[in-house]
Amino acid sequence: MKARLIATLAAGLVYAGTAAAQGPVYSITPELEAAAKKEGNVVYYTSIDVKVAEDLAKAFEKRYPGIKVHVERNGAERQFSKIGQEYSSKIYNVDTVNSSDASHFVYWKREGWLAAALPEEVAKVYPKGSYDPEGYSAPMRASLSVIAYNTKLVPASEAPKSFKDLLDAKWKGKIVKAHPGYSGTILTATFQMSRDLGWSYFEKLAAQQVMQVQSSTEPPRKVVAGERPVMVDGNEYNVFLEQRKGAPIEIVYATEGSPLVVGPSGVMKFAKNPNAARLFHAWTFSQEAQQIAIDDGGLRSFHPGAKEPAGRKPLKDIKLMKEDPVSVDKQVEELKSRYLRYFKT
Amino acid sequence: MTAISASAPAAAGRVGGLDLSGPVLAASGIFLAGLVCLPIGWLVAYAFSSRAGDPTLSNFVALIDDPTLFEPLVTTFGLSFCVAIAAAVAAAPLAWIVARTDMPGRRVVRMLMTASFVTPPFLGAIAWEILAAPNSGIINKIWRDVTGAEDALFDVYSFPGLVFVISCYTAPYVFVVLSNALDRIPADLEDAAGILGAGRWRVVVGVTLPLALPALLAGTLVAFLQAMTLFGSPAILAIPAGFHTVTTKIYSLFQFPPRPQVASAAAIPLLTVTITLLWLQAKLLGRRGYAVVGGKNGEPRLVALGAWRWPVLVLALSVLCLPLFFPYAALLKAAISRVPSGPFDPANLTVENFTFVFFEFSQTRVAFSNTFVLAIATATAGTVLALIVASLAARRGGFFGRALEFLATAPIAIPGIVLGVGLFLAYTRGPVVLYGTLWILFLAFLTIEMPAAFQQMRAAFRGLHPELEEASRILGADRLATLRRITAPLLKSGVIAGWCLIFIGVVRELSAAVMLSSSATKVLSVVIFDLNESGNLGAIAVIGVAMLIVTFAVVGFANWISGVGAGQRLRTG
Repeated sequence: MKARLIATLAAGLVYAGTAAAQGPVYSITPELEAAAKKEGNVVYYTSIDVKVAEDLAKAFEKRYPGIKVHVERNGAERQFSKIGQEYSSKIYNVDTVNSSDASHFVYWKREGWLAAALPEEVAKVYPKGSYDPEGYSAPMRASLSVIAYNTKLVPASEAPKSFKDLLDAKWKGKIVKAHPGYSGTILTATFQMSRDLGWSYFEKLAAQQVMQVQSSTEPPRKVVAGERPVMVDGNEYNVFLEQRKGAPIEIVYATEGSPLVVGPSGVMKFAKNPNAARLFHAWTFSQEAQQIAIDDGGLRSFHPGAKEPAGRKPLKDIKLMKEDPVSVDKQVEELKSRYLRYFKT
Repeated sequence: MTAISASAPAAAGRVGGLDLSGPVLAASGIFLAGLVCLPIGWLVAYAFSSRAGDPTLSNFVALIDDPTLFEPLVTTFGLSFCVAIAAAVAAAPLAWIVARTDMPGRRVVRMLMTASFVTPPFLGAIAWEILAAPNSGIINKIWRDVTGAEDALFDVYSFPGLVFVISCYTAPYVFVVLSNALDRIPADLEDAAGILGAGRWRVVVGVTLPLALPALLAGTLVAFLQAMTLFGSPAILAIPAGFHTVTTKIYSLFQFPPRPQVASAAAIPLLTVTITLLWLQAKLLGRRGYAVVGGKNGEPRLVALGAWRWPVLVLALSVLCLPLFFPYAALLKAAISRVPSGPFDPANLTVENFTFVFFEFSQTRVAFSNTFVLAIATATAGTVLALIVASLAARRGGFFGRALEFLATAPIAIPGIVLGVGLFLAYTRGPVVLYGTLWILFLAFLTIEMPAAFQQMRAAFRGLHPELEEASRILGADRLATLRRITAPLLKSGVIAGWCLIFIGVVRELSAAVMLSSSATKVLSVVIFDLNESGNLGAIAVIGVAMLIVTFAVVGFANWISGVGAGQRLRTG
């Protein structure tokens, strides 16, 4: 399963090549811990579901008492704008960041806003090619953008099998969709779908009177509430979380492939709490934290030691669309303006 | 007192210290001018600049040429027009019933209508999502269960849905303006009509209504402006329906890649329309004078409703369901439910929203403290400023007095989001970078909310006879000492009312806050807005209800100090 994930990544990949320079590598030493405790705070900007982010923060605070994690959760694209505004105004509030749009790290690295900080565990056990060997970012999490439906409102036999199925007239007015101007997951998915299915797909989808929400965490909630019976995009992990609560929702991995969305993390160059930032950053890649992300957060992990819970379809059995953050970085304006043209918001 | 002595404070010097009112006047004037001119100056400069910074008209050309910019403009004016009509139609009968009939429970209805003013419109919009989302909304579910119909009764994610929800929270403005005006219409004119043989209804139609008409129009204009400049409700309801208004468009133009020049240009129509309409409103209210001529001649006559008293009360209460009872019930339900609009059964009950908000969510404490620190600071500073300006303007008159009065009222013409954009442009660069601090929010809130308190204070000053102050001055107190010892205590109730108005205004402000707050300076309105975008309705319900409880507690406490009932508060405004 890992092999498949890595192969998928490596194909589109950014960080192929040498990992010779071990300069940025650091480990969690007693000195780092002490220095981090002295700072006492770490400001974590993230686009993960707010509950999952707070769970991770609480686990870290328990592991390293005396260091408070301040979670600032926003959609990845909103967060990207905020960080842009803050850094251009020389406001260095964010210490460490996680985004569901990997292209942000291409941009921030180019702007010189990231610190080179590669946790030893990442360099040692994470698949080569999954992280930036220069240490500016590493894949804290992955998830898919999936189709899902409300099992009380749609019998399994009627459920869509593919993205194309959703263009059928019977789904008119029944689809909920998140927004690429807000969500990094959806921006990434929009890029992959427009590349693999063509923009004409979105043009036709827009004619289906989709309900437009913002975050990729929201479509699963709308499906569970019965507001719309099916979602065309949204987080796989939120669907897992809803299922665990017993909600009537089922995933469909589209026959065309499901967009794979990697969520890298990085440490900011002008972090006010550089040590706490590094400690927290390194900890999130530990087997312990990754297991929490998988078990409590429903996420997928690159850590070879992390175990997927039973019942989730392994990634190797799912047809995936390819990630390509470098192209996303280049096409972001085009993506947003096309989307605006078809969906009006 | 002439303008010349006002600008020559040294002349007023005497034993016991200088009369500081001249410098104070100058300082307040400069401060007020700065509050308005700096952000608006930047806004206009940006609107006429290209990305490279060269002067251009291209941003305005884009506004008309680019359908993604022009359509929101058309939508916004259509929306505001519909809201103004709807709010007037809903509020006018209610105001008349409350002010001029003997309906039982008039006072309570009036108080509740005023209380719906405290509800932040964005919270109302979220509550209406829970109530009237086409499929999961509680009302639509009940409708389907009862009638077996397939289609929803009402879809809140639509243009009419947005008109309805915004009207719910703008109608109170029309109501307050109109019911106050009806209170002041003297009985003699009505009596005269009666003596000349007009029946009761003919008096209402022929005398009362025409006299109240200017106030009705003025209130309707306020509703129009409210609808035009609101940000939260359209962001929450229009985007899911697939359309933008000008405010949501302006906000989206600041997302990556930011286009502040176009955003500034898009703000200019809002600004010009607001200024024009307020000017119109001032003219209309100016005419109200003849309605009050007979001022204190007699209590207004109440129309006896007879057998209709109770049906009319039922009608009034059912109108109050829309902005007040239903939304609050929905929020309370969402607070204790897993699925906010889910069925009323024990399986859907939970305390997890409370544990999340109070024990897990790291922004709760920061946002509560930021909000109430800002609300108290702004209310206090704003009240002091309004008091100083109102006293100087009221007692001095002349060119400087009028200029000061104008400066203190001018910010009313700046919509929140426009001011947000202006302040953002002004303070994200040197020499003074305020973005990222609470100061920028303080300035925004002070600018937006102070005028309402000022108007409150000015009205209070006008009702105050100058003899008492003159006596104090004759006995040797300078102007500021007189203000402190004589005028202020007499104005206490007006001052508390002004303070409460600012306080409530700050707590419910979203459109400037959403532009200006950064992660360390989040306020509750922005936190609620963020949570709505990720669909955490249960958490919003808990925070929203807690926020309202604190607001009512503070306002109640302020009123308790002043010893005057809350119902009296807003009536002078």
